Amino acid sequence: MRKQLGLYIHFPFCIQKCQYCDFLSFPYKKSIVKSYLGSLYKEVQSAALSYNEFDVSTIFIGGGTPSLIEPDDLQRLMEVVETSFHLERTGEITLEANPGTLTMTKLKAAQKSGINRLSIGLQSCHNAELKLLGRIHTYEQFLEQFEQARLAGFDNINIDIMSALPGQTLLDYEKTLDCILGLKAEHISAYSLTLEEGTPYFDRYDTEKAKYLPTESCERRMYHLTNHKLSKKGYNRYEISNYAKPGFESKHNIGYWRRENYLGLGLGAHSMVDNIRFTVTNKLDAYLKFWNQSNQERDLAKLYYKDKDHLTLQAQIEEYMFLGLRLKEGIKRNEFCKNFGVPLDCIYQEMISKHIQQGLLKESKDRQRLFLTRRGIDVSNYVLADFILE
Amino acid sequence: MNIDQSKIRNFCIIAHIDHGKSTLADRIIEKTGLLTSREMQAQVLDNMDLERERGITIKAQAVRIIYKAGNGEEYIFNLIDTPGHVDFNYEVSRSLAACDGAILVVDAAQGIEAQTLANVYLALDHDLDIMPVINKIDLPSADPERVINEIEDVIGIEAHDAPLISAKNGVNIEEVLEQIIIKIPAPAGDQEAPLQALIFDAIYDPYKGVIVFFRVKEGKMAKGTPVKMMATGAEFTTVEVGYFGAGQFIPCEELSAGMVGYMAASIKNLNDTLIGDTITNTVNPCSGPLPGYKKVNPMVYCGMYPADGAKYPDLRDALEKLKLNDASLQFEPETSIALGFGFRCGFLGLLHLEIIQERLEREYNLDLVTTAPSVIYKVHKTNGDVISLTNPSNLPDPSEIEYMQEPVVSAEIMVTTEFIGPIMELCQERRGTYLGMEYMEETRALLKYELPLNEIIYDFFDALKSRSRGYASFDYEIKGYQRSDLCRLDVLVNKEEVDALSFIVFSGSAYERGRKMCEKLKEEIPRQLFEIPIQAAIGSKIIARETVKALRKDVLSKCYGGDISRKRKLLEKQKEGKKRMRQVGNVEIPQKAFMSVLKLDDK
Repeated sequence: MRKQLGLYIHFPFCIQKCQYCDFLSFPYKKSIVKSYLGSLYKEVQSAALSYNEFDVSTIFIGGGTPSLIEPDDLQRLMEVVETSFHLERTGEITLEANPGTLTMTKLKAAQKSGINRLSIGLQSCHNAELKLLGRIHTYEQFLEQFEQARLAGFDNINIDIMSALPGQTLLDYEKTLDCILGLKAEHISAYSLTLEEGTPYFDRYDTEKAKYLPTESCERRMYHLTNHKLSKKGYNRYEISNYAKPGFESKHNIGYWRRENYLGLGLGAHSMVDNIRFTVTNKLDAYLKFWNQSNQERDLAKLYYKDKDHLTLQAQIEEYMFLGLRLKEGIKRNEFCKNFGVPLDCIYQEMISKHIQQGLLKESKDRQRLFLTRRGIDVSNYVLADFILE
Repeated sequence: MNIDQSKIRNFCIIAHIDHGKSTLADRIIEKTGLLTSREMQAQVLDNMDLERERGITIKAQAVRIIYKAGNGEEYIFNLIDTPGHVDFNYEVSRSLAACDGAILVVDAAQGIEAQTLANVYLALDHDLDIMPVINKIDLPSADPERVINEIEDVIGIEAHDAPLISAKNGVNIEEVLEQIIIKIPAPAGDQEAPLQALIFDAIYDPYKGVIVFFRVKEGKMAKGTPVKMMATGAEFTTVEVGYFGAGQFIPCEELSAGMVGYMAASIKNLNDTLIGDTITNTVNPCSGPLPGYKKVNPMVYCGMYPADGAKYPDLRDALEKLKLNDASLQFEPETSIALGFGFRCGFLGLLHLEIIQERLEREYNLDLVTTAPSVIYKVHKTNGDVISLTNPSNLPDPSEIEYMQEPVVSAEIMVTTEFIGPIMELCQERRGTYLGMEYMEETRALLKYELPLNEIIYDFFDALKSRSRGYASFDYEIKGYQRSDLCRLDVLVNKEEVDALSFIVFSGSAYERGRKMCEKLKEEIPRQLFEIPIQAAIGSKIIARETVKALRKDVLSKCYGGDISRKRKLLEKQKEGKKRMRQVGNVEIPQKAFMSVLKLDDK
């Protein structure tokens, strides 16, 4: 069997940067985007040569705001990917979208080019909250575009929502949840706002947290309410923040948690292939310059950087634990043993029994699977940190 | 090598902290050509990392330099650098015993400060001739004339011919060098008499064993001389003698009366050499030991524990090595329920404590947990026994205590008149008794207070500086013991008493301190899976309580799949944090929480 690969493609441009966002993105400028896409095509073609022993099983086009890409360019991008890589026919291909940027033409173009899943960042159904977050759209715009997406034929849509926003009450959040549930999306990602250093939100709220952000107990109630409401409507919480109707779990994201191979293309994208992690430069100038050179001049060391080392067995084991435990089904003893050649309990017995005792971890009846309890999810960092070895 | 005794000058430099002592030492070394300016690194004599970083001198350092004087003769200068802080008076006193004279550096703007006086008195006690130098004349606020008058009025020594210098800019250094020859006396002592040498310092070298620093008072010592330490009785054969270059040892044939140098004799046992002891010749001993130094006793005690219990023997070795050239450091083993095996250590003051703690951590790579410092209390029991209490945990049951006494100091605080109010207020808060005030000049006064030592060991110095915008200077000496209403404040974490957090406190401040302690600990102890009550208690009576709420949320909800390194870093940081915790009962307490009692002053 040929090896499989998840493909991530980064489009680092936005009309306006959201107040809480710490991802890599730049202001949308036509001329720069044009030259960026040009470079991206070259990168796709070049990468495909290096990874021709892989079949691409999932694609995720993220950002930034990749739904800003013009219909023609989107089709061109997918064409380049399709002709360069070996794509699996049933593969999951997701486009991340911002409600302010979708048009029927674009949706149709996306559909035509093979994209079969949309991930729409709604965040809230209150326009005041959207404005505060620095989003460019209204709830009404979202509704309209969601409708159009359905009409265009998208039958696998994710909606992102956020809790614990400044000034948000439990009631506000419940309303957002109820609105979303009415739409019957296939997948819902529910995050609580994290203040990331270097974002305008961090500077504004970190010092005065107490005043504006919901209290911790309110935040927890929002979190639990999400789980409660969504499970009642048939959504399965398959990862800490991700809910899906049966069969609609995101294969691409599960790949990350399961440590499957993935290749990141585009500015600042991360990869892990055969236990080597590497990252594309996050300097736009350097990226564009690199792909404008002739083949002979290109020095790969200037494009990729960071830990381009093979992960040690220890690092692989640690990752297996702290990533795998984010999934509802958790990690499997027999798989662990098969992957790493040692029984799980040889390494982690003490930690596991400590956390089982505290009610944070649980075992399946046959003792094969190990997973976080609901309480364990709440304090998952506390648990997962223990799986980092000395 | 035959050296004319009249061409030797042994001297030190004394000053209030920051008046430029180390800078002057640097200039003298530079001017005499021992080092080229390229080799000069600021503060040559301060070669401990810690000293350079803090800009202070902790250990006494010595260096021999050759000076070609204006009269064409060559002189040997032995310059001994001394610490300036009150905590290190003992070290100063050791260095002084090796000298015949002292250069007194006074800041041309600030004039005489508390430690200027303290150091001058110490030097006079050792019969040293004092040569004043006015430094920092380059400062815009410099007023040398005023400072000269101040020296003559307050100290009573002639200062009108004092060199006016700027050590920083190298101005007038020659004049200092010339005056040393005239004003500092040559050493006395008979080269032919039986050997009598005073040990003023020692260090441990892994290859040579203990290296002893000494001043030859009478006779001579050469390679091969059989020697005896008079106090310990240990006998050795000298393997190497020599003098101090800049940052290095230079071996020589012999050291004779009046000279300063070092010896090595494969001394392996650290306890064989006591600083202040007299070295003599085993075959031809002198009649008796030199006076040595007044033994100083530690004033402040605290528990020191290795963060990793397995490092206990390493900590013991490190303390033994530090004690070798720091006789004022004392330690004995103790056990704590919360912290395991460690040592109760005695220090001269809080700075001394901090320095030792940092040296243990840096030079010996030890990770330490230090408990709150305590002074020595005298506990008079109903049965007539008197206990010297250095560890609050050992306080007898209150029913067995007749009364308790605590040490008091007489403190002198030099302050500009505008800050007299705030400083007096501070002293009142710290249970001070006003003794009097003298005006040094129109704008400066010397405040005299009697203060309980336990009120000044924590953060008095910081409070003093902040309330006088850095202008106050402070010196103290132990006066004795006074009866006082004291009690032990215990801290309970999750209903369990944590012995390492107990401290003795004046009953009148117990409530306030208990409350602040609980608040502070609430900040320091991270939330855990269950609710943790923190209580302060006197005996069985709870006087304050705070609660660390249970950890309800610690989850990275958004986790951008591809970027694993960020998530890993977060978890690694958390793991590292866990390692720095002490398990007490089922609660994890961070190491720094044990020091939190130190930071209770919130002004």
